[in-house]
Amino acid sequence: MSRVLVAMSGGVDSSVAAAILRDEGHDVTGVTLRLWGGESDSGCCSVADVEDARRVAAQLGIPHYVFNFGDEFDAEVVNPYVESYAAGRTPNPCVDCNTKMKWGRLLDRTMAMGFDAMATGHHARLRLDETGTRLCRGVDSAKDQSYVLARLQAIQLVNTLLPVGELTKSEVRNEAERLDLRTAQKAESMDVCFIKRGGRRTFLSDRIEEQGGALVTTTGEVVGEHAGVSAFTVGQRRGLGVALGERRFVVDVDASTATVTIGEREDLLCDVSAIRDVKFVDDSISFGTDVLVQVRAHGVAARATFEEGAIHWVEAQPRVAAGQVVAMYRDDVVLGSGIAR
Amino acid sequence: MLTTSVSAKGVTVIGATFPLMFERLRVRRCYYQRSFSSGSSTPDRVIWPIGSSTIVPMHYLDHAASTPVLPEAIEAMLPFLADHPGNPSGGHRAAQEAKTALEEARENIAALLGCRAAEIVFTGSGTEADNLAVKGSARARRHLGDGVVTTAFEHKGVLASAHRLASEGFRIYEAAVTSGGIIDLDQLADLLDERTVVVSVMLVNNEVGTVQPLDKVTAVVRERAPNACLHTDAVQAVPWIDVATATSGCDLVAISGHKFGGPKGMGVLIVRDGTDLRPDIEGGGQERGLRSGTVNVAGAIALATALRITQERRGGELIRIAALRDRLWDGIHVALPETRVNGDVAAKVAGNLHVCFPGIEAEVLLLMLDQRGIAAAAGSSCSSGATEPSYVLKAMGMSREDALASVRFSLGVASTDADVDACIAIVPELVRGLRERTVVNA
Repeated sequence: MSRVLVAMSGGVDSSVAAAILRDEGHDVTGVTLRLWGGESDSGCCSVADVEDARRVAAQLGIPHYVFNFGDEFDAEVVNPYVESYAAGRTPNPCVDCNTKMKWGRLLDRTMAMGFDAMATGHHARLRLDETGTRLCRGVDSAKDQSYVLARLQAIQLVNTLLPVGELTKSEVRNEAERLDLRTAQKAESMDVCFIKRGGRRTFLSDRIEEQGGALVTTTGEVVGEHAGVSAFTVGQRRGLGVALGERRFVVDVDASTATVTIGEREDLLCDVSAIRDVKFVDDSISFGTDVLVQVRAHGVAARATFEEGAIHWVEAQPRVAAGQVVAMYRDDVVLGSGIAR
Repeated sequence: MLTTSVSAKGVTVIGATFPLMFERLRVRRCYYQRSFSSGSSTPDRVIWPIGSSTIVPMHYLDHAASTPVLPEAIEAMLPFLADHPGNPSGGHRAAQEAKTALEEARENIAALLGCRAAEIVFTGSGTEADNLAVKGSARARRHLGDGVVTTAFEHKGVLASAHRLASEGFRIYEAAVTSGGIIDLDQLADLLDERTVVVSVMLVNNEVGTVQPLDKVTAVVRERAPNACLHTDAVQAVPWIDVATATSGCDLVAISGHKFGGPKGMGVLIVRDGTDLRPDIEGGGQERGLRSGTVNVAGAIALATALRITQERRGGELIRIAALRDRLWDGIHVALPETRVNGDVAAKVAGNLHVCFPGIEAEVLLLMLDQRGIAAAAGSSCSSGATEPSYVLKAMGMSREDALASVRFSLGVASTDADVDACIAIVPELVRGLRERTVVNA
């Protein structure tokens, strides 16, 4: 029996994670992180979600507590998110939250309190072999969340348990039904938890002093104006504010000149994507390693070679928006990640 | 020694099984066996389910948050929950019975609080009483001025009401408090003038337990602010101070039943004769039109009973609890010399011990304490149960870091030597363990 602290969001996955660990005989304690108390407080950390987590814990007969990480979440997730968009990049706040809140402050606290492990409800698996702990895709490929954990390093995973990664989503819901958990049919959170009302643009425009600029084509022709670069992300097709008769995509965002370049699908394609801040989950990766690369949470992985500071695609791929996490896999094992330049 | 393993069945599902409900009732009874029976040699089996297979005795050190309802108060209120269905506003005999009991409770409370029965307004909570006092009096006096003066470390019931008034055009001033947790009287005096319509200064601070010099506050308000009415939030004071004497110079006084052995959901506002209020809750005109809605008859009766018993026992309880509190502090401080008491010790009520554990996160310590059966608190709780950084400690000039490292142990009627012994044994052990295991980020 181990003492396990389960991060319970109030959703079905972490509810079942707690149930599984309890049924395996662990001494389980639930904790919900209060991350965001601002105006958009209807997301993953609303009072109702905390209450769901508390009630599930009571149903399971495990103690439950709330940690207030609001200020840290603001400083380490929300502010970088806003700054990133202001700089014309496209951040992954869920990745930052996992890295800095759950596998940062919460893991530190878990170990400081003398628990043996921290668990979450992520759909990903951990495999222990002679080389250490490996992070793998979850059993349910449609719900796999290994991408949002790809920035974690091996040492952060040593004391981690991911029990629902072994189940499909329908198995998770069935287990929740069997245990009559109140979260069994709860809808999944799809978007960034701290943005609800008004959407991303409103959220950002309330926090960024936008500088308007030009919409130009790849040949430099000015075809329109925009109110600020934060509304654009590379690859975006909707909401460009120009009608050119054909499908147009954002192919570049330059915050320094407030210029948004649009082009056709072919203009998006590239052979090489530059990355920075490379981290390895698995030390079997080196320059020249053939990898599968995923660049968004539910994207399809494409074949490439990992080289110094860059991903070399086997077949040309759409450009990766600067700021996105670039996750590298071998089969279903996460090898490491970088941030797109 | 304190941890007993039992089979998981029967205690695992919190609040879901009948046996556990009975267990809880027994737990409540145990508080008073422990509190009021002298020289009980066997420790009570007050249990607290923790985890899947472990139970520990519960040591409740959060009396400033709420107190167990006194058995006498339960006994007094029960007939008015089950046997007497009447609404005191009605005309038939059942209604008259309720009305008579309510008015008796009102008279008893008035006598104990040093006012007339007609000056008692029953509310649903201390917060509601604060709202009615601050907003109600300011709005009724709008023609006399626009100044609202309070302190930086009032209860949120007062501060939020003041902020509401700010949006209605009132000027709001918050007097500073000293590092010891006492209102700065010189600054208060500077904030007062003829335009001041409401002054609200608490009698005892809810976090650090410091008693405010209400007599001096009264004197300076009367001298400098002739048009002001003076409100005091005395919610935390009742177990420790004779509220009748301490608040005799105030126009409005708020108390709350569950802080001294009454049930939750019952507050009282004393509204002295001649104090005009604009009601917030309107309807049937109950409580002289100041607070419409059917009065919680059973709650009022229980509050009256709890108030009487608290007054009767106060002398002995003050000595007993202060000794427990002092022994608790000595035990913690000897084992952990780096700890500090927050708030001026000489000004504190007997049950308050607010301790800063430098370098420790209170949220973490509280979780660990709870797992060992010790219920304490930090800061003020928001609706989700998360701990907010304490604005009270901030107002006292404490760093954010120290404020987040501070824990309130609040002792009261249910506190025993066993609670203090457990705390002295467990707190240093947990704090040392946390220090050893805390990751120091470079």
